[in-house]
Amino acid sequence: MPARFVTPDQSDEFFWRSGADGLLRFLACASCGRIHHPPVPRCPYCGSRDVAPRPVSGRATIATYTVNRQPFMPGFEPPYVIAIVEIDEDPTVRLMTNIVGCEIDDVHIGMAVDVTFEESGEWFVPLFTPRLTPRLTPRRQPPAS
Amino acid sequence: MTNAMTEEPLERRAVISGIGQSEVGRRLLRTGLDLTIEAVERAVADAGLTLDEIDGVSTYPGTGGPFGGASGADLHDALRLRLGWRDGGLETAGQLGAVHKAVLAVAAGLARHVVVFRTVVEGSGNVLRPGGAGAGGALPAQMRYLIPFGAGSAANWIACYAQRHMHEFGTTREQLGAIAINGRRFAAMNPKAIYTEPMTMDDYLGVRMISDPFCLYDCDAPCDGSTAVIVSHRGHEPSAPHGVAHVNAMGTALRGRPSWDQFDDLTTMAMRDSAASLWERTDLGPADVDVAQLYDGFSWLTMAWIEALGFCGRGEGGPFVEGGERIGLGGTLPLNTWGGQLSSGRLHGFGFLHEAVLQLRGEGGARQVGGAEVAVVAAGGGPEVGCLLLTRGIR
Repeated sequence: MPARFVTPDQSDEFFWRSGADGLLRFLACASCGRIHHPPVPRCPYCGSRDVAPRPVSGRATIATYTVNRQPFMPGFEPPYVIAIVEIDEDPTVRLMTNIVGCEIDDVHIGMAVDVTFEESGEWFVPLFTPRLTPRLTPRRQPPAS
Repeated sequence: MTNAMTEEPLERRAVISGIGQSEVGRRLLRTGLDLTIEAVERAVADAGLTLDEIDGVSTYPGTGGPFGGASGADLHDALRLRLGWRDGGLETAGQLGAVHKAVLAVAAGLARHVVVFRTVVEGSGNVLRPGGAGAGGALPAQMRYLIPFGAGSAANWIACYAQRHMHEFGTTREQLGAIAINGRRFAAMNPKAIYTEPMTMDDYLGVRMISDPFCLYDCDAPCDGSTAVIVSHRGHEPSAPHGVAHVNAMGTALRGRPSWDQFDDLTTMAMRDSAASLWERTDLGPADVDVAQLYDGFSWLTMAWIEALGFCGRGEGGPFVEGGERIGLGGTLPLNTWGGQLSSGRLHGFGFLHEAVLQLRGEGGARQVGGAEVAVVAAGGGPEVGCLLLTRGIR
């Protein structure tokens, strides 16, 4: 597990602590309802200062990704997937992240993913893993009656 | 020119009256200031000036920026300049922002001859700088949401855009390769180039991957070197021994979010708006451009600039460069005629600027584009971009 270099300040400590209860949070506006990222003290959409962390579902979609194959950073052993995911509640809110829990070759644009957290010191780093979707159709058609 | 613009754009008062470049190499073990002074002395002489006449200094990024170099203050003091104006910084329209600001300073009368430079000592960086490159320190805000995920290189961030471009438009690795091969072909005609041995498509496709879809040859070559230009008031034109390049228009717009991961369209970058703002300030258009110098810190950035500047439609950059004929010396848009950063070294935008002026002066030698009257120069990627339209005479 790499040492992840997390350097929050007052504005985004909540973001990096949020995973302690398994939930991903963004700043949300009490006035217009929208979430935004990275967190700023004034809603970028309506100007309200009434903003506070709000949990989201943790569901997201891979907008794009790269497989990094070069050892650019100590502790990060290539190859690994760096992705930009779009948050289901507002796809204009994106996170750069890693896709874990699957084969690298299975990762694709449009893939549905769910948040999972990796503890790194006192922080909870949001990573994403392919969603295990319940099968929508029965494996076999029931016999015609 | 837009109807809203009733006066001549201010940048038309400025010209590039001189260019100079230091020795360029992979590992020169010379300090940034040493290289800078060499480039500046050459540029000042090239402009038919003396150091006493230099009254402005502008640089990107100045103190503390990436890839080492020298600050404006370093140069100011070393040459004991007497300045009317000095500027440097990272928070501008990419590397060419230093030129934009110099042009404005000249147009405003704050200075008459501004030396603008960019110096990199990346090749020798780990030796010259205690602690090596990227040692220690807290992360700038823009990096805080990238670094924890092992996305430590611009290769990773830009690869994400390239991958999305491929997904939406069917762009191929061979098409990216056409940009790298084109650069290598021109580098063979540039005595200062880093890599000059011929590159085939098989070479390109066979080299190791760095960050999909980028292979080693999609990534530019770190180097040491300094490039300087002199931005002068156009009144200096009759005294400039090698002629001047007129500044016809500047592209400065940064209309989207200044972010690598939050920008609204993952198939383009801030160049979309930078290029649009360039064309809003001139009656010239993409069809008037004779030679293009478009940043290739990574091959895909060049493709994004080609689309942004309107040389083809959105998403059509791949077919545009495919095969390389269109962007070669005899093509409709000769591209990166000095070899680009992929083959001639990461001079961080200023290699393109130097070459554009050389081409407009007709001094390109073997790589000269016949009858080059209009050149576009673009630098940067992600949220840090800027561009310039230069012309041989007043247009």
